[in-house]
Formats: sequence, structure tokens, C-alpha cells
Amino acid sequence: MIASPPLPPRVVVYEGRGSTPFDPGERSRLLAGLLDRGYSVVRAGAGRAEAGAATAFIVLGCFGGAPPEVGDAAGRDVAVCDITGRSADEAIALVEQRRDGRPMNRPDAAGPGQWKPWFPVIDLARCTNCMQCLSFCLFDVYGVAADHTLRVENPANCKVNCPACSRVCPEVAIMFPKYHAGPIDGGPVSESDVQREKMKVDISALLGGDIYSRLRERSAEAKQRFSRERSADQALAERRRCLTKLADAAAIPREVLDALPSPEEIQRRTEEAARRAEAARVAQGARAAQGSTPAGTT
Amino acid sequence: MSQPQPAPRILYCRCAYAQVVPAEVKDAVLDGLARAEVAFEMVPDLCEMAARRDPHLAELARGDGPLTIAACWPRAVEGLFSLADAPLPRAGVRIVNMRTDAAPAILDELLGADRPTGDAS
Ligand code: SF4
Ligand code: SF4
Repeated sequence: MIASPPLPPRVVVYEGRGSTPFDPGERSRLLAGLLDRGYSVVRAGAGRAEAGAATAFIVLGCFGGAPPEVGDAAGRDVAVCDITGRSADEAIALVEQRRDGRPMNRPDAAGPGQWKPWFPVIDLARCTNCMQCLSFCLFDVYGVAADHTLRVENPANCKVNCPACSRVCPEVAIMFPKYHAGPIDGGPVSESDVQREKMKVDISALLGGDIYSRLRERSAEAKQRFSRERSADQALAERRRCLTKLADAAAIPREVLDALPSPEEIQRRTEEAARRAEAARVAQGARAAQGSTPAGTT
Repeated sequence: MSQPQPAPRILYCRCAYAQVVPAEVKDAVLDGLARAEVAFEMVPDLCEMAARRDPHLAELARGDGPLTIAACWPRAVEGLFSLADAPLPRAGVRIVNMRTDAAPAILDELLGADRPTGDAS
């Protein structure tokens, strides 16, 4: 999971008592501009809205030069900005100034939108907790919850644009909402999708060998060649060429394959993931057996 | 005496960090909401909030009153809330899909009788 940074400030666009409403066109531009810069926004004053969880709020309103004093019972930081007579762009600039360097997107990103939020999302109605995805992923994206079910533990570890694990799920339960097509994007799952995915579950059938042992072999071949040829460039080119087929067959972006760890590290991580998946399956089995024990027989 | 019903809530997702929702649809939906006399909430990107397990998602899931979410495929949105340990309740939540539906139909779903006539969408 991404380490919890302080929450970004939430902007409240206020048009209730004591303020005059914005021009409708400017209001639209203001809302869109704030959202595109990564702010969560509440439009309040017209009916009900809750400001919700945030450590800081910036309240924007046309207060005619007399902004109200606002206190927050929970002691959170509330800044009230009178934007009477200001354009949407000027109001957004004011908010940026008030943000005062608080982080907006993921903490290690240079700014909002520098990280594309790309990670697997599980359709719990379809997932059977078989743990194939956990065994498959080399990057610790998946984990096991306290109840021994699958959990997306470290979404930020996922390799952007790589939907490979969705291909190993026999239940078509893995979605990537930012993917361009269904059913991986979360669209409806048809019977033919289920059949297709069931066929793909054994990637070995597709590639003529287990994907990671194939990768290990390829890397080993490239390594041998590297020592023979003493050329890192040539070895890399060879590795790229060998992985092309793999990338095409499993829809894995080339950059992801190129960025894979060393063969030894791959082996270590594969074994570790397989061990965790097996432990979770054993725990599930034990729990199921306990659940099916008739009352009074223990 | 019967309790007053909690007011309906609206949540709009901008899909700001990947643009899988057509820009013309999300712009028209936001503009339609902004021109109506309703309070509503907007988030830049539900996916990014789910990855951070933003506690506001749990507040939205737990809150009183029916909730209508304008985002993308319902399966994906439900999965994102679950991933953030904030599962959406089975009843009282509707998800409208800005990836597939047209803005006027979405605004009808979101605003119902509150939709102003002659708006820009
Ligand atoms: S492979 Fe699919 S069904 Fe199996 S645990 Fe992963 S998401 Fe669930
Ligand atoms: S929930 Fe859907 S619409 Fe919202 S950011 Fe994610 S992919 Fe985009």
C-alpha cells in the first residue's frame, strides 16, 4: 500500500447564506480546473453536502469583502478565501497558493497526475480466492487478508499498463479500470470471455513452458551470451528479441519485461509468492473444514 | 411521526489521471451538475483515492441517504471501494457509467427532477 501522506486539502465551493452565487460558466470552469489539478471538491450551500475526511479545507465563496470567521471543532486547518470579482483561473491560483506544498497525488510523484493509478481491482463476486494471481505476480502487489482471502496489498507496486495477471485469472475477476477495453476495464463478462480466460490460465500452454522459467531461461541465455560477447548492448538486444514473442502472447508491455529483476531474484520471488499462496489455500481449506464440522462433534 | 428521509447524494469522478472517460461526456456532466441547484461532491480520480485507501471513501460508503456515483463501469467502481476497505452497501447506491452513456441520460439519472431545463448539455 502507498504510505499515507497527509491528505490533500479539500476545496469547498460555498454558495450559501452570506455569499453571492458564482456565474454559472465560471463555476463550471472553477470546478473542472480544481479537479484536473487533483483537488477533491464539495459544492455546498445549494442543498446538502458533507466536507468529509480531510486534514485541511479551503473554502471559496463570494463574500463581498466580508469573509466569515470559520472554526473547525476537530481542529482542522480551515482557510476561507473571498473570491468576489475573481475569475475561475484566479481562484484556482489562490487555492494553489494556499495549498502550501501539501502533496496531492502519490507522495513520490512530482505532481498531480505524475502517476497513472494502475493496479488490479478484484471483482469479489467472481473471485474464488484460488491465489493464482498471487503466485504469478513478482512485485508483491497481492497479499492475503486476515481472513485468508486475496487482497490487493500494494497497488503502487503494479507495473503501469501491464494487465498480465488479469490473464491468469480463471474467473475473469481481475480488472484494471484504466484499461482500454472490456472485460479487463470492468465491463460485462461474457461466457466467451470466461472460456477464453480459462484457456489462458495455463500460460505454459500458450508459451510452451512456465512464463517465469521461460524468462529465467531467456535471461540465462542472454547472460551466457553476455559473457561470451562481452557486450551489454548486444545481450540486451538479444533479451529484447527473445522476449518479443512472450510480450505479444501475454500482452505484457516490453518495458515491464525489460525491467524484470535478475533470474535469481525472479526465482526467489516466484518461490516466495507460491509459498504465500499455498499457505493461504491451506488456511482457507482449514477454515472451510471447521465451518463444515457439524455442531457438537469437535 | 416519521423521520425525514436523508437527502440524496451525488459523487462525480473526474477520471483526471488517465482519461478513460470521454472528455466531452465528463465535461458536459460536470457542467450540467454545476448549473443545477444541487450540492454535490467531486473527486479527481477514484482510482487514485482507492490506491491511497483514502478514508473519505469509507465516509461516502457509510453516509446517510441514497448515493449516485457518476464514474465508469459499476463492477470497477464497486471493486475500487472494496479495495479501499470501504465496500459500498448493497442498497441505496447507483452507479452511472460515463464511459458508455451519453451526458443527457447521465444527468437525468443524477438530477431527476432537479435538472434545469435548457441547460448546456
Ligand atoms: S486468480 Fe482470480 S479467482 Fe484466483 S485469487 Fe486471483 S482474482 Fe481471485
Ligand atoms: S473510477 Fe473509473 S472513472 Fe473514476 S478514475 Fe477510476 S477509471 Fe476513471
